[in-house]
Amino acid sequence: MALTVGGNTIETDEEGYLTNLSDWSEDIANEIAKVENVEMGPNHWEVVNFLREYYNEYQIAPAVRVLTKAIGKKLGADKGNSKYLYELFPYGPAKQACKIAGLPKPTGCV
Amino acid sequence: MLHIVNKSPYERNSLASCLGHAQKGGAVLLTEDAVYGATRGNLVEGAIRKALEELPVYALGPDLEARGMQANVIEGVQVVDFGGFVDLVAEHRTSQSWL
Amino acid sequence: MTETRDEIGLEAGGGVRKKFMFVNRKAPYGTIYALEGLEVVLISAAFDQDVSLAFLDDGVYQLVKGQQTKGLEVKNFSPTYRALEGYDVEKLYVEREALEARGIREDQLLVPVQVVSAREMGQLMEQQDVIIGF
Repeated sequence: MALTVGGNTIETDEEGYLTNLSDWSEDIANEIAKVENVEMGPNHWEVVNFLREYYNEYQIAPAVRVLTKAIGKKLGADKGNSKYLYELFPYGPAKQACKIAGLPKPTGCV
Repeated sequence: MLHIVNKSPYERNSLASCLGHAQKGGAVLLTEDAVYGATRGNLVEGAIRKALEELPVYALGPDLEARGMQANVIEGVQVVDFGGFVDLVAEHRTSQSWL
Repeated sequence: MTETRDEIGLEAGGGVRKKFMFVNRKAPYGTIYALEGLEVVLISAAFDQDVSLAFLDDGVYQLVKGQQTKGLEVKNFSPTYRALEGYDVEKLYVEREALEARGIREDQLLVPVQVVSAREMGQLMEQQDVIIGF
């Protein structure tokens, strides 16, 4: 599969995750979000940026439980819960937010 | 605990490491290339004899036979068949494979 | 099977919580064992078990600081050991004899660990319900 952004073709796997993490840009994130039917607002970006920072530090996409806890620690309990994250990303913060953030599918996420 | 080793003691340190960690009450089973460690007249024999003072040591018969080693097993090492392998696993609460 | 509820570790809530130990004995890049082992640990963390990691033999090399894999063009997974705390995997045992044999000091490791003797490591292994070796 592939995405076309600004005339460039970006390679993804069959589920829509970027093949090369280094291809990521905000424009590409918006394009993936469109495919996922997610309208990106500031709260979405906050989670996406958090995931990119997490990946940069630990080289993995976190499991949902770990993401929830880490977000609660950094951004407060009102955001560190699965209800909030699923409202932003209805098909799952791991699946959708990681995909939009250009990360691989979280380990252990089937 | 049943400790299972399947690598030649001349290729890897799995057997040495296993013998260094096994506690009294445990047992050691040698399979595949590790059965060379169950034989006499070599560098490893002393370590196996020492282990036998504290632990039972088993070797898988079909692996010994396949390698022509069946007549050269250290006294005290017990040779088991596949059924015996299964019994050993069942007799011990846990088992650990030393890869 | 005649195990009682207590023996198999049934908690009041009904969940079964067992002691799992992952034993790491291989250096990080020569074989796939270390990376595979780490992935299994991360996956198992989702099942809320009592997980510990043991590092002995060449496994202690997995935790050495300063790994740079750019030249090899393979993934440097050493930072991921620092994520384990967030996965509630906090028991990392490293064998003193393995460190000493390789001339590695505790302050060269990239995560806080508990250094134990080979004898203590053997005893820790005996306390487990399940041991998985890599």
